[in-house]
Amino acid sequence: MSDVDERSTVDPEPKPAADQEAVQTGPSGGMRTPSGLRLDLRLAILIGVLIALCVVGYVTAPDTFLSESNISTMLRLAAAIGVVSVGMTFVIISGGIDLSVGSMVALASVWMTTLATQSYGPFVMVLCGLAVGLGAGLINGVLIAYGRVVPFIATLAMYASARGLAERLSERRTQVVTVQGFLEFFRGELIGIPVLIWMLAVVYAIGWVVLNRTTFGRRTFAVGGNAEAARLAGINVKRHTAYVYALAGLCCGIAALMVVARTTSGASTNGQFYELDAIAAVVIGGTLLSGGRGTLIGTLIGVLIFTVVNSIFTQNNLETDIQNIAKGVIIIAAVLLQYSTTRTRKT
Amino acid sequence: MSQDPSLARRRFLLGASALGAGALVVGCTSNDQANANSNQVAAGGGDNDQPGKEVKIGFSAPAADHGWIAAITKNAQAQAEAFKDVKLNATEGTNDVNQQIAQVESLVNDGVDVLVILPFDGKALTATAQEVMDKDIPVINLDRVFDTPLAYRTWIGGDNYRMGVNAGTYIADQMKAKGVSSPIIGEVAGIDSLPLTQERSKGFKDALAKAGLKVGPRVAAEFTAESGEKQTANLLQGATKLDALWNHDDDQGIGVMAAIDSASRSEFIMVGGAGSRDMMDRIKADNTVIKATVLYSPSMASTAVSLARLLGQNKGVADFAEHEIPAFITTYSAVVTKENADSYLDIGFDS
Repeated sequence: MSDVDERSTVDPEPKPAADQEAVQTGPSGGMRTPSGLRLDLRLAILIGVLIALCVVGYVTAPDTFLSESNISTMLRLAAAIGVVSVGMTFVIISGGIDLSVGSMVALASVWMTTLATQSYGPFVMVLCGLAVGLGAGLINGVLIAYGRVVPFIATLAMYASARGLAERLSERRTQVVTVQGFLEFFRGELIGIPVLIWMLAVVYAIGWVVLNRTTFGRRTFAVGGNAEAARLAGINVKRHTAYVYALAGLCCGIAALMVVARTTSGASTNGQFYELDAIAAVVIGGTLLSGGRGTLIGTLIGVLIFTVVNSIFTQNNLETDIQNIAKGVIIIAAVLLQYSTTRTRKT
Repeated sequence: MSQDPSLARRRFLLGASALGAGALVVGCTSNDQANANSNQVAAGGGDNDQPGKEVKIGFSAPAADHGWIAAITKNAQAQAEAFKDVKLNATEGTNDVNQQIAQVESLVNDGVDVLVILPFDGKALTATAQEVMDKDIPVINLDRVFDTPLAYRTWIGGDNYRMGVNAGTYIADQMKAKGVSSPIIGEVAGIDSLPLTQERSKGFKDALAKAGLKVGPRVAAEFTAESGEKQTANLLQGATKLDALWNHDDDQGIGVMAAIDSASRSEFIMVGGAGSRDMMDRIKADNTVIKATVLYSPSMASTAVSLARLLGQNKGVADFAEHEIPAFITTYSAVVTKENADSYLDIGFDS
């Protein structure tokens, strides 16, 4: 975590020249970056790790692991954290960090399931969840961009207060959803595939297009790569930063819908440790914590790796402590593997 | 009986302490009987309900981050309001040991007569509680026990081991009644590193072993609906067929039920834990897999406040021969089923 702190604190300052040379800015893949090959190699390694884990899963539980229902279950479980990680990828690429995502999920999930909100029906619930996420994210963004509060601190404050507000609103109770329309839609299926998985796919598709094919995405890379250069190039860095955090908040709102659908309830305990899981997934996915470079596909694979690990361990009836150790080892292994490939190319 | 408003209170008090006789439950039925006898037994009986000297009770508990702890605080407050001669001074719940110590000290400075405390960490607050005792302020220790009896006048709490035993026994009986020969029995535990989870799991294992059964697939959640859903979804994928499932905690049970519903599974019976109102309603409705829940009721906080009042007024428990209130009270983990759910709804807590 201290690493995160350091880097995000120096963010508004122009980066030293040496750093700029070493770190290629821009989206991954394709022909547009000189480092395209390197990034693809990273991605290949990640996919290799994921496949290796699936093979382990298949070998240890041949009857169930690759069954349709287990794959669907794993993707459903990956959905909420996956969507949160999309927002986190944008934030980290822009050179920031968002520690408040879990709390924003909790707040949105509670707000959209209060008796008052539920009484207005499913549409208002959805709108409410999205609006609360967006609003909380926007507060983060405004504080960071215009209030000049360091991202680590601003989102740490939101981390505490959003969950606090969620506890207050819910009186620390688990609010059970009774609106059938909401449950039927979000817990149901579309063309044989659960709605949550569709949502995950759509969010990643939109996220990918926005990041790699729009001015907004280009600007995000530019701001994260070198904020001062971006400003001199005519980008409204402050406004863009505010937008990026608002986007992360919106993703939390979407994740809240998913969590509420999955658990049929809203509670201030939802979204615990999402910030850590999301940052881990983003970093494993090859996004630089210092900003300026990253890929959404990597993030998605990072999320899936954790989901698969969780599934393997549960199906083999192993204890959670071993699972946590394995998680840590996988984070380090994945990062080291990628690190060593970039190293060799550089020298 | 219903004309005497004070009876409900006494019933409650008696109910929670009915354990003395190895007795059964915190339920109303058994308490009614106890009440019928109340004038014949024991000292201090009849006049406990009469307003006495005003007692200032200090109350401190961890942050209400889940339904059970929230219910603890609410129950304490409700019980205090039911007494005209009790003034409850409740501090804001905290999961910070140092802050809880500070709260206890400020309560003592406020001049409380009795302290009711559910420590966030029993070990860490033992010294503080002992200092309070040394100042001749009786301490009632709720649930998470202090390291030494010197730190409390009375301990009242639940029985995690028996929770597991009763869940296991119920499931074993059901399996026998259904004629399932070698059933697959799953377990969704709470946080595994906590002693309470370990005790519950041990009781469950022991009770099943007694019937010649064993625990099959097991996962540990974190007492939250979200973790319950996640872990159960995975468990159900691993176990293609289940005969029974015990979930340690009804708060996380909302998520467990959601996962079972998502997987469209209904071939097994499920037993809950703690006794939330929501689960009792579902048990009563009897249209899902949940068939029972074993109590670990936050009603103990109400009893603690009643006991604190009696301590402050130097009274004993009605129906007990002793002139003083007991030093150690363990509530009973009754099994709530469709048949008896109605009589437990009053102590079901909002998860």
